Amino acid sequence: MKDKASPVRLSFLVFGFAFLYIPILSLVFYSFNRSRLVTVWGGFSTEWYGRLFENTQILDAAWLSLRVAAMNATGATILGTLAGLALARFSRFRGRTLFTGMITAPLVMPEVITGLSLLLLFVATEQAFGWPEGRGVSTITIAHMTLTLSYVAVIVQSRLSSLDISLEEAAMDLGARPAKVFLLITLPIISPALVSGWLLAFTISLDDLVIASFVSGPGSSTLPMVIFSKVRLGVSPDINALATIMVSLVTLGVIIAGVVMLRRERARQRDLRMASASDAS
Amino acid sequence: MASSAPAPTRPSHPWNDPALEPYIRIERVSKSFSGFVAVDDVSLNIYRSELFCLLGGSGCGKTTLLRMLAGFEEPSSGKIHIDGLDMSGIPPYERPVNMMFQSYALFPHMTVDQNVGFGLKMEHRPRSEIADRVAQMLKLVRLSEFAKRKPEQLSGGQRQRVALARALIKQPKLLLLDEPLGALDKKLREHTQFELVNLQEELGVTFVVVTHDQEEAMTLSSRIGVMDHGKIVQVGTPQEIYESPSNRFVAEFVGSVNVFEGQVTASEAGRMRIRCAELEQALDVLSNAVAAPQARLWVAIRPEKIQLALQPPQAASNWTRGLVKEIAYLGDLSVLLIRLESGKTVRVTRPNVWRHEEESITWEQEVYLHWHDSSPMIVRE
Repeated sequence: MKDKASPVRLSFLVFGFAFLYIPILSLVFYSFNRSRLVTVWGGFSTEWYGRLFENTQILDAAWLSLRVAAMNATGATILGTLAGLALARFSRFRGRTLFTGMITAPLVMPEVITGLSLLLLFVATEQAFGWPEGRGVSTITIAHMTLTLSYVAVIVQSRLSSLDISLEEAAMDLGARPAKVFLLITLPIISPALVSGWLLAFTISLDDLVIASFVSGPGSSTLPMVIFSKVRLGVSPDINALATIMVSLVTLGVIIAGVVMLRRERARQRDLRMASASDAS
Repeated sequence: MASSAPAPTRPSHPWNDPALEPYIRIERVSKSFSGFVAVDDVSLNIYRSELFCLLGGSGCGKTTLLRMLAGFEEPSSGKIHIDGLDMSGIPPYERPVNMMFQSYALFPHMTVDQNVGFGLKMEHRPRSEIADRVAQMLKLVRLSEFAKRKPEQLSGGQRQRVALARALIKQPKLLLLDEPLGALDKKLREHTQFELVNLQEELGVTFVVVTHDQEEAMTLSSRIGVMDHGKIVQVGTPQEIYESPSNRFVAEFVGSVNVFEGQVTASEAGRMRIRCAELEQALDVLSNAVAAPQARLWVAIRPEKIQLALQPPQAASNWTRGLVKEIAYLGDLSVLLIRLESGKTVRVTRPNVWRHEEESITWEQEVYLHWHDSSPMIVRE
């Protein structure tokens, strides 16, 4: 009797979901609190949302974070795709395993170490070549790219290794030069992997606090840095409002992605039925 | 199986005409991959409008040879000429050769007509010409109403025809086909075999087909090259390969065969008398093979060339005796496994000519096996 929900199983389920979502729900709940004290309910109000949109510090930080995340995601996708291409396409060469390991090492490296080492590098290059002039948007972007291009490389590599190599050979056989083959065949087929790599790089960058804290300079605080510093001075309800907006955006994104995937799956099922129905000859 | 081959109507036997220049010349080509020799010193001439099959088991080097013709691999040594042009160093996208892949390799993000027109687009042909030729090609493979579909919306047989149309649209001098029918089910495969032969005759394009399926090779080809361990073992028409295999490997790989070891006891012009320890009577064989007296050799007899009788034959040679051990009824014919007194098991096939035959031969019955003196084939090891 697998299907029957036993009370024990049901309580596990409820407890699990409660553990995951009660903190978030309480955060959303108190964002509509009239009281300045975060844990005391003083009646319903949207006052903090209004305050949030007057807070230029937070708005600037959010805009900066989004810019950094987008630039980082684009750069990491380009570099990571090249790295993934090299890993998947070069046949066995000496030290290939070493290179694969080195590409994926940043994934397991503690962020504190990545951040510190990059900070030392930037300071050293500034002294030696005068670049970068101080730290800010460009250093944060570069630092995020070193981390996130590994993720993109891994995604692209796994997609390419499952790609039928004869597709590229067929294009070449039909007269396409290698560059054309890449642009017309390989790139369109692996584009879903590139999109998910870009989104992952974007999210990681938006989320990062540790590395950004090391390599940012005056006047270039990202959103996580601003939130973290404000919370240290005491939680204010406009942070709740900000968090609620972010949770809503993420939820919306997940729902849209789900709907798109469901539509695709339905279309694919329809195609399969069409194919088997049209089996002439 | 040989009997099901259609009578070839193409210009017959260009390979017997010494004045004719071969269209494809493979000269002492070898290919090794880090120590492993995949293709070993192969020389082969293929003529214009031939449908040539490379036949062999997996790992025999047939696909590597095909990929060298396409330009995906460079020979380690030796040369390939196509229509008089040396192909060394010429990349796949500049060769007058197209290939149909085993997996079909249809571009999943393009529709059928985009797939078929891809080769012309790469040649920067005007759009109207591409559209015309694609429509014409789709008509030829009977897929006109599927032009706007994606490959995943097609059945296996339709995908195979799209792949064929895509490979033919550039009117290549040579079309390479890697296991063209391997992914189709049996009924569709038989149908498609004949379709492929008809198309080839209609267009006159030279085909080189790689297959591991001997029945497919027999049905399709004007000539077959049997490969084993990177070498071409025998080249010949399907009939030559089946009826006069040059060695034991070919005899056993193409069709099934009963092989006996024997010793020559007497030989005269065109005839040979051979004693086999496993057979009761001596073999009296029509053969032009030259063999010294007392030489040891192998005699092979095809299962369908052995007849069964319940009474001992009158002749003093070319028969033996055994017990019926297995009978497999296949519908069109029956396969019988007969154990000789020597312990050797012989395979015999009998066509089921009558619908309601009084079954005269059953299990554990003693039967006499006899054959015509032209049936045994002398084969080398």
